[in-house]
Amino acid sequence: MSTVNSFRTGPDEGGHFGIYGGRFVAETLMPLILDLERVYTECKADPGFQKELAGFHTHYVGRPSPLYFAERITQDLGGAKVYFKRDELNHTGAHKINNCLGQALVARRMGKTHIIAETGAGQHGVATATVCARFGMSCTVFMGAEDIERQKPNVERMRLLGAEVRPVTSGSSTLKDAMNEALRYWVAKAETHFYIIGTVAGPHPYPAMVRDFQSVIGIETKQQMQEAEGRLPDTLVACIGGGSNAMGLFHPFLDDPSVRIVGVEAGGHGVSTGKHAASLTGGRPGVLHGNRTYLLQDDDGQIIEAHSISAGLDYPGIGPEHAWLHDMKRVEYVSATDEEALEAFQYCSRLEGIIPALEPSHALAYVRKIAPKLPKDHILVMNMCGRGDKDLAAVLGHLARRGRPV
Amino acid sequence: MTTRIADRFTLLKKENRAGLIIFITAGDPEPKTSLEILKGLPAAGADLIEIGMPFTDPMADGPAIQAASLRALKAGMTLKKTLDLVRGFREGDKATPLVLMGYFNPIYIYGVERFLDDAIKAGVDGLIMVDLPPEEDAELCLPAIRKGLAFIRLATPTTDDARLPKVLSNTSGFVYYVSITGITGTASANNAHIESAVTRLKRATPLPVAVGFGINTPEQAATVARVADAAVVGTAVVKIIADNAKMPADAVAKTHRFIADLAAGVRGARVNA
Repeated sequence: MSTVNSFRTGPDEGGHFGIYGGRFVAETLMPLILDLERVYTECKADPGFQKELAGFHTHYVGRPSPLYFAERITQDLGGAKVYFKRDELNHTGAHKINNCLGQALVARRMGKTHIIAETGAGQHGVATATVCARFGMSCTVFMGAEDIERQKPNVERMRLLGAEVRPVTSGSSTLKDAMNEALRYWVAKAETHFYIIGTVAGPHPYPAMVRDFQSVIGIETKQQMQEAEGRLPDTLVACIGGGSNAMGLFHPFLDDPSVRIVGVEAGGHGVSTGKHAASLTGGRPGVLHGNRTYLLQDDDGQIIEAHSISAGLDYPGIGPEHAWLHDMKRVEYVSATDEEALEAFQYCSRLEGIIPALEPSHALAYVRKIAPKLPKDHILVMNMCGRGDKDLAAVLGHLARRGRPV
Repeated sequence: MTTRIADRFTLLKKENRAGLIIFITAGDPEPKTSLEILKGLPAAGADLIEIGMPFTDPMADGPAIQAASLRALKAGMTLKKTLDLVRGFREGDKATPLVLMGYFNPIYIYGVERFLDDAIKAGVDGLIMVDLPPEEDAELCLPAIRKGLAFIRLATPTTDDARLPKVLSNTSGFVYYVSITGITGTASANNAHIESAVTRLKRATPLPVAVGFGINTPEQAATVARVADAAVVGTAVVKIIADNAKMPADAVAKTHRFIADLAAGVRGARVNA
């Protein structure tokens, strides 16, 4: 392992985290991305921009989200003290709004009034449709046809908010293909449209920009934990698809060496079966969707379709900064299966009265594995990054098929 | 350094006409028919050949070329087999320039240095990479130029005058002007736009300028051929292959017949103007 003075200084000028990241896009998009980088750099340094964003956090999103001591789960597991960072209580029910709000303000500053987004679980689509309604922008959301089936309530929500939802039927009809279509559409509308990417992936400056907008999660957690326990947490756990909720929680803690940080990928049917979405555990570096990162791919460099019970994690790649943190061994990456996530989904509902989304259910599945083995004074924070209402129909269907209806 | 691209444009200049560049996807609809189609392209009237390297996620291509990639992959196509296809073509044709077009990931996985060596050995003359802008030149562009392979850059309607020099630096062979802001096989640019864009490029580079995206008919090809050094036709050709994918003999014959029509349009363009 090579050493660095800080894990928080990336990316470099070209958008690289080590060998990952970069700007692997068609020339048509390059001038736009450079323009975005320039405007975002301005926004970042502008107190007026930050103040406006903070105002929306307080009055529109409902931040800070609580840091909640999950007492019954802690008792039941009998080990570490388990806290949830309650980003599922945000307006629209997930962490995605943190990023959409920030990008919408950047888009407005660039004079763009048309917004494009891709979505998997629909949480990013709903959050994008929401901010578009709030700022009077038009909104086109690309969503895989299979995901439209899996996440109907979110599709209806987006339409109610005035967004156009475009079904994507190419490839596996999931998040990867929605991103391909969104990029294709963007190439055609490059001069008038702003693409709000929903995760810490894509060409530079997206991975850094989305991380910055999501870092509010970790910044609040640090402060709230200081108030609750007077110290840093010992372990952070978050689920990872593209990795935006995880990066938001992790980033402010990367230079605190006492904090163990764990990202939980979607193990699908099990990483050894080949039917999973665990890019770091089961993939290798490649180039897709504007960046170099770990990808699920075959020996010819063709992308393999991911599989996860959770539409939000069903993506064959991961944000480039996670790829770098993996190689640097600063963050541990593990996986949880569909089955483990389903169990955690019910477990949390019954013990804490919180119905989690299937995405953080993966993180909770891992918490259930490690918490019992940790001492009682060990403090663990898990990011409860989304609520499970959107997953009810899918979960009930899975349980019925497994012969154990609720 | 191969000289086939430069030689071909010199010849075209001598004949006072534009060239016709034909795009097909390697291994579409399957490798055997694809080689037959490829072998007959020069006789049908193609002056340069652009071969698409199949990729699962072609993010700058429209439905027709996406489907071509998937047909080829389904038929077992790989990057190695694409190079085999080129080698098969070169056995019978030493003069027609052939460039590979595609996305970086399969090359990255193959290994950049090994790929460049194998591509040159197979008879490839240049590369067109959709997802490698000048900002990523260190990845493939510079190594390719060092080995003597042309790196053909795409210029687009969004490439403004401030950026153009950057796009043209490290460009060799020819410049490919993408005439629309969009993906392949969707819209067509108007003539006035193409003419002014070519003029702008010509002022900035001594390299030949080819124009592509949205050229579907012999008439459109002829219009482009009046102002540019070459016209590129891809989607319209790929669609014929798709329509005849189940009948290999038809796919070959109809593709070549269509290319002959395109070639007639291109060759007559300046005479009839």
